[in-house]
Order: sequence, then C-alpha cells, then structure tokens
Amino acid sequence: MSEDRGAKKLRRTMLPLAVLAASALALTGCSGGTDAAAGGGGITVPDIPAATEVGDGEGEVNIVAWAGFVEDGTTNPDADWVSAFEEQTGCMVNRKVGATSDEMVQLMRTGEYDVVSASGDASLRLIAGGDVQPINTDLVPNFGNLVEGLKGQIYDTLNGKSYGVPIGRGANVLMYNTDLVPEAPDSWAATWEPDSEYAGKIMAYDSPIFIADAALYLMATQPDLGITNPYALDETQLDAAVELLEQQNGIAGEYWNDALKAVSSISSGTAALGTGWQVIVNLAQNDGGPVEAVLPKEGATGWSDTWMIHAEAKNQNCAYQWIDYASSPEVNAAIAQNFGMAPANTLACEGSEANIAHCETFHATDEEYYKNVWMWTTPVEECLDGRTDVTCTNYQQWTEAWTRVKG
Amino acid sequence: MNRQAVITPPSVRSAASDGPAARRSGALSRWLYSRPRVRLGALLVLPLAWLGVLYIGSLLLLFATAFWRVDTFTSKVQPAFTLDNFVRLATEPAYQATALRTIGISLAVTLLCAAVALPLGLYMAKVASRRVRTLLAIGIALPLWAGYLVKVYSWRISFTTGGPLDWLLRPFGLDAPGYGTGALVVTLAYLWFPFMAVPVYSALRQIPENLFEASSDLGGRSWATVRHVALPLLKPALIAGSIFTFSLSLGDYIAAQFVGGKTQVIGTVIASNINLNPPLAAAFSMVPLAVVVLYLLAARRSGALKHF
Amino acid sequence: MQFSAGSRSALRAVAGLVMAAVYLPLLLVILNSFNATTSGSFPITDFTTRWWTAAWNNEGAREAIATSVRVAAAATLISLVLGTLVAFALSRYSFFGKSTVNLLVVLPIALPGIVTGVALSNTFKTVLDPLGIGLGMFSIIVGHATFCIVMVFNNVQARLPRMNRNLEEAAMDMGATSWQTFWQVTFPGFRSALVAGGLLAFALSFDEIVVTTFTAPPGTETLPIWIFNNMARPNQAPVVNVIAAVLILVSMIPVYLSQRLTGDDRRGD
Repeated sequence: MSEDRGAKKLRRTMLPLAVLAASALALTGCSGGTDAAAGGGGITVPDIPAATEVGDGEGEVNIVAWAGFVEDGTTNPDADWVSAFEEQTGCMVNRKVGATSDEMVQLMRTGEYDVVSASGDASLRLIAGGDVQPINTDLVPNFGNLVEGLKGQIYDTLNGKSYGVPIGRGANVLMYNTDLVPEAPDSWAATWEPDSEYAGKIMAYDSPIFIADAALYLMATQPDLGITNPYALDETQLDAAVELLEQQNGIAGEYWNDALKAVSSISSGTAALGTGWQVIVNLAQNDGGPVEAVLPKEGATGWSDTWMIHAEAKNQNCAYQWIDYASSPEVNAAIAQNFGMAPANTLACEGSEANIAHCETFHATDEEYYKNVWMWTTPVEECLDGRTDVTCTNYQQWTEAWTRVKG
Repeated sequence: MNRQAVITPPSVRSAASDGPAARRSGALSRWLYSRPRVRLGALLVLPLAWLGVLYIGSLLLLFATAFWRVDTFTSKVQPAFTLDNFVRLATEPAYQATALRTIGISLAVTLLCAAVALPLGLYMAKVASRRVRTLLAIGIALPLWAGYLVKVYSWRISFTTGGPLDWLLRPFGLDAPGYGTGALVVTLAYLWFPFMAVPVYSALRQIPENLFEASSDLGGRSWATVRHVALPLLKPALIAGSIFTFSLSLGDYIAAQFVGGKTQVIGTVIASNINLNPPLAAAFSMVPLAVVVLYLLAARRSGALKHF
Repeated sequence: MQFSAGSRSALRAVAGLVMAAVYLPLLLVILNSFNATTSGSFPITDFTTRWWTAAWNNEGAREAIATSVRVAAAATLISLVLGTLVAFALSRYSFFGKSTVNLLVVLPIALPGIVTGVALSNTFKTVLDPLGIGLGMFSIIVGHATFCIVMVFNNVQARLPRMNRNLEEAAMDMGATSWQTFWQVTFPGFRSALVAGGLLAFALSFDEIVVTTFTAPPGTETLPIWIFNNMARPNQAPVVNVIAAVLILVSMIPVYLSQRLTGDDRRGD
C-alpha cells in the first residue's frame, strides 16, 4: 500500500472491461479486436436505476478521493476549490484521501461515502459489485465538454450505461537526463535490452501494473507472442513479459514509486532514463534539472480517473452537484494542474495562458498522442482483448509475478 | 542523591486519616495484603487481557487467515481451509530469496551497530570526561526523536549521485554506493543505532573499575582486557540491543523503498499483498514472526531479556 | 585508565566519527528546509525561507500534529498503567510462567511492525468491526499502546529492585493502607523511572508509522503518516523538511528531560 500514497498514486484506469475490448482496440487501430466482450464480458451487472433529476442539496457530501483531487486549502492555501462549492451549494464536503484502489473499494462498500474518484480496477469492481449507480449524464451539464478520447472510452457498454465522469488522464512517458542521454531516444529498447548503454542507470516503475509496459514492448518486438492488449495476457504471454522484466532487473538501477523520488533520481543523474510522468519532467525542469521526455514509437501505458456515485448515496443531489462542479472548466483545470495530468474538460484548456500551456504540455486534446497510450486496466480472467479460448492472468497473478521479478 | 530519602514518614501518618472510606479501604488492603496470589492476579489481569488476549489473539487470527483463500476478483477473504499460500511460499524461489535477503540485511545491520557501539561505548565509559560523556549520551538519544521518515529521506539525499556522500568521499577518490542493499544496511543501522548503543554503554559503565584494574595488574594489555573481561560481561547487553536492531530491520520496508534501489524485502511483499491478497500476506508474515520468536527464545536462555 | 594514549586517541576519533555520522544527516534536513528546489537537490544553490512560511500556515500539518499528540498521550497513559502493573508483578512475585509473561511484554516491540500492524488491522476488520469498533482513533491508540508497554515496563522494572522495601513496611506498620503506602511511599520511589519510560513511550508512538499505516482509518493522519503522504507531493515535500527541522529542535526538550531523569549522573559517580 505504501507505493500508492499521495500524488504518485497507483493509477489504474477506470476503463471498464468491455470498453477496453470494444473501443480501446478501435482507438489504437488494432484490427484484431472483436466486440465479443461487449455487454459485460461475462460479468453480471446489477440493474440500478440512474437518477432522473437533481433536487435540493442534502447539506453535505462524503467523498473518497486521491490526494490532490478535493482540496480545501488546508494542505496548500493556493489549492482551494472546495470552499467555493460549499458556498454555492450549501453542501459541506467531507473528504477522505484514499491510499489505494483496494482501500477505495472497501471504503465505498461501507456505504458511508457518496462519491469516489475511482481508477480503472476500482471502477470495474464497483460496477460489478453493484456499489455504484449509472450516471445520468443529462444531469451533468459540463459532461458535454469532455475531450473526445475520454468520452469514447468512458461510455462503457456494461448494460449500455455510463457509470463515471472522467477527471483526467496521463501517459507513462520515457524520460531521460539530457546530460547522460544527449540524443532523444525514440524507443523503449534502451530500457529493456541487456546490452543497453545505460545499464545500471535505468529506472522503472515499482508496481505489478508495470508488467503491462513489458507486454507493450513485446507487442512491438515479438509479434509471434500474439499480444494485442498489454492487459490481456495468457500465461505464456505473462511468462514472456516476466522474462523481459527479469532481464531488465539486471540492468535497472532503481524502481521508483513516488513522483518526488523519480524527480531526484532523474535530475541528479542517479538514473539516466526510464518510465516517468509528465509532471515529474516539469518538476525536474522547474528545479533546473536536465530532463526531457518522449512518447516512444512503441506507444506507452497511461492512466485516467473518473467520478462515480454510490448506488445508495445518502447525499445523491450534493453528489451530482459536486461532480458537475468538479467537471467545470475552472475546477477541472485546477484539479488537473494541481495533480499534474491532462484535464478531461476541453474548456479547461482555454481561458488563460496557464491553462493553454498546461494542456499543451500534457497533450490534453491531442488525440493522436493518446492513440498510442494504453490506459491502465486491472487484468482479469476474461481476456480483455476478446479472446475466449484462453483464460487470462489476473491482477493477483501479476502481483506474484512482480514479486518474482524483483526476486 | 537518594530519592527515597526525601519521603518522610510524617506525611504518611497524617494521610492515614480516619473515616469510613479509609477504614473500608484499610480492610480491603489488609485482606489483599494477606493474599499475595490475589494481588498478583489483580496486577496481571489487565496487562494479560491486553497482551495475552487482544495481541496474541490477533496474531493467532492472522495465522488462521493464512490458511484461507481470497476471491480473486473482489479480494474478499473466504474462510475455507487451504495450504495454497504456504505451498506458494515454499515453491516460489523469489519468496525464499526475499526472506533470506531480509534476514541477511538484519544481521548485517546488527553487526554494524554492535561494531560501532562498542568503541563508542568504551570511549564514553572509560575515556571521556564526565561532561563529554553526558553530551554524548544526549547525542546518541536525540536522533531517536528526530522522526523516522525524516532520517530515511535525509539518507536518500545523501546517497544520490553527486549528493553529500559523493561530495565527502570524492577527495579520497571514492564513489558513494548508489541506492541498493548497501545503502539500505547503512540507513537501517543509522536508524536503530541508539537501541544498540544505549544498552552497551550502560553495561560498560556498570563493569566495576577494579575488574579492569585486576586485569591490568595481572599484565593484561588494555585491548586484551576489553576482549577477555568486558566482552563476556557485555554479552547480555549486546543481545538485548540486537533484539531491537535485528527485529526492527526485519520488519522495515519503508527504508527499502527510499534507499533500497531495487532491493525487495519481506515487508515489501507483505505490504503489496495486504489489501489484494490478505491470506498470502498473512502467510508471509509468519516468516519474520517465526524468526523473531526463535531469536527471543534463544535470547531468553542467555538471560538477556532481563537486561532489556 | 589503562588505555594507552594511542588507544585513547583512536577511541576518541571513532567517537567523533560516529557523532559526525549521526548528526550530518540531521544537519542536512535542517539545511534542506531552506533549499529553494522542491526535490531537495544537492548541493543547495538557492536558499529560501518560503517553506517555513508555508509550513507555518499549513493547517493539515497542524491537524496531524494534534492527532499525533492525542494518540501518543492516550497510548502513553495506557502503557504507563499496564507497564507498571506488569513490572510490579514480575519484580515482586515469583510465579509459574513468569518468563513467558516477560516474553509477552517484549514481543510487540520485537516483532516486526508490519506483523503487529497486519494482525491488529485484521482483528479490527474481521472481529471488532461487526461489534461496532472499526478502525478509528481507538484502533491507532490500541496499536501504539501495545508496543509502548514495554518501554514503561523496562524502566520501572529496572528501578523496583533498587528500592528500599523497608520504607513500605514501615509505612504499613504505622497504619497506612496499601493504597496510601503505594501513593506516598512506593510511587515517589519509581516516579522518575515512570516519567522516563513514559517519555520513551511517547516518542515511540509519536514516530510510529508502520503499525499506524495498518491500524489507522483512511483519512486520519498522524504526523508520520502526514509526512509520508506529503513527501510524495512535489509542492509539499519542502514543507515536510521544515516540520522535520522543527521536530529535531523541539526534541531536545524531552531528551534533556529524560537525560536528567535517567542519566548516570544521578547515581553521583
């Protein structure tokens, strides 16, 4: 759980299973995709009605969120978008910072919370477990301004209903220290191949989900394995990914799990190159660190989050009000800039120099950029790529595999 | 000065005032006074309820969880007997390697602490002036209060490429070790050093001066005296200190995250499984549990627990 | 002393080196609280006091400190009572299973924090939660008190055998009840040991992170948890250095106090 605290949160996508099969494949232009999983992929979804109107606020709303999503100025006086909401709506916000997706799921199951900022694995479990309700997007006026890429992905096909409102997204880019790597790399090869000239100075992300990065590289370099989705690996494919990761273990200098550690490693030259986030690059550059990042030709993994409402939310009206408020251009921009991700609302990229610059840096509206980004999704036994003749490996197997990789 | 001397009997006499309440409690105390077993029971009932029932009960429950399975989709624990978790630990070399590595790290930390605590203790107890001794005693204890994470983070900065350690060592033509097992051992030894230094120093202080003198009268050189006279007497203190340094290192995983580079320790594995696969985490918790209990039993036989 | 001049200088040099190794990292923390970069890069080129201002205005840190003080105070109180009880039982009575009880007291601190944390969190979630006692402030205090007992126990148990029991006998002979004897004769005799043990217990609780991680409900932050959460947040990390620097400076007070209470000068050498 430690690896998931604070802003470096483990961000698995919120993409529901079927969406991934149906739309992510389409997005990345993989023709092998089928819509076999559409309709639930074998996961039965409890039939919960969506709200039909937003009435008067109940006076409060309880939110489980990642650090930095619901800020009232107590942590950082400059980050406060909760106070204005409380004034506008009379809904007092009670926030709990969730440390991991698992914890968020547990918290939502207590029934104490109305809203959650769910990541992919959490959302899938919440939907299937009947813990969250479908969202009536008509009641979220700001929903219409969402960037195309996220809209396409978020309208899941589980019973044809939408369960979440996107907050933002980001890619796991290849960052490098320009003092040590003078020429911009265009491939992940230098981080994977045993003859890498940067052996011993490679940094990798410390989480089982990083196995997907290995699978992504294998997709490009070993087509024989037949990987079409880095989150849908059968046992043979997982073994191949683990083998590649073990090979990387020999040349890796450090596994990082929080943004600040990554900043210090890449700026100081303790690491020469490796997986990172745009926000890390920005922080390093602000401190004068010689750091740049690219999206390599093989593509990359990435993450995104959504707001969801509890199936039996006690404060449903305030919950809808919060989600609409948080999706407004100003607030969405504030959250995205505070956290360091691409905002989900297109209008959050307009209106000020800062907004435009932020979206430019984070490629917020650049769908070409995100075409090659595979959003983190928790692997489950039903293959996300639509294969029905094999059983895929689940997240627990990935966790064990990751232990094996680190030895 | 003797603090007991401050207590004066008159205050007792005046406090033993009469009154029904006092008489009742007097009767109770007389009753208790004649029944030592009851008094012992009264003394132990609360601590034993806390430690014996709540704590040991929790440990047993944890042990039971290790035999249960988990729903792979929801991560909910299901009480159904299985040995899978233990089989997995026994058959997967990575778990064994991790356990052995962690034990090795803990031993290295303990040895390093002892190796540094001995000369420091000797200096404080037998060489330093009283003033310096007091200063050093405070100096050892102070970091205990400085915040665990703060110290870990400061070592992280120290081990950065081009960081303070590099800067200090460069004039000697050396490079600081980067993040990794070595850095982890140094950091853990730093964290737990006071737990070793304090008992070693107090034990050295308590060795009677004439024992040293007798040894030197008999022609023992100072270092021979240390080895043959002081070390055996220090054994209980060293064992007491090692219980802390060893077991605290065994359970730590946060320092490993900060300075361990890619080092994986027992705690890392437990922490990454605790929400996702609690039975496996519980099963793996049995490793440090067993190691420490064995260590404690061995320490008890040597009588070191009394010197804690 | 019997050490030759050479040995003495060698020992002195070692002591000096050790102290340098102990204090340089702490000095680094204090210096870093003035470091203008957010990731604390070295060497420090730009100095600033803005983190100190930010820390002063940081409500989250203040709340976390308040939580930590409350938890540590409660845990210390419980361990003072329980630790003293066990110390009395073990030093004044001999009974079957005495050494097992001794082992039991030592176990929580000797077992890796992660085992204690996991075990307690497991109990709270599966056994006590259905009874209405879930993870909360109470569970943090329970976890802390469990491993703090040994600190009080050690100090009191070390003092008790050195106390003059004739004084207690005399008080009882003069008609004092057990209760009065305890509070007016016995208690003052080990009060300083109790305070020293309490201080250590407080320090231990105040700095604990692993057990707390597992027994704290999400959203409740003790200071170490707050530090842990904020270390990873780029704009907050420098504020952590400030809090740490303040902690280092403030910690001199309890260290000084405990040194006065337990330091060997008291024995008047």
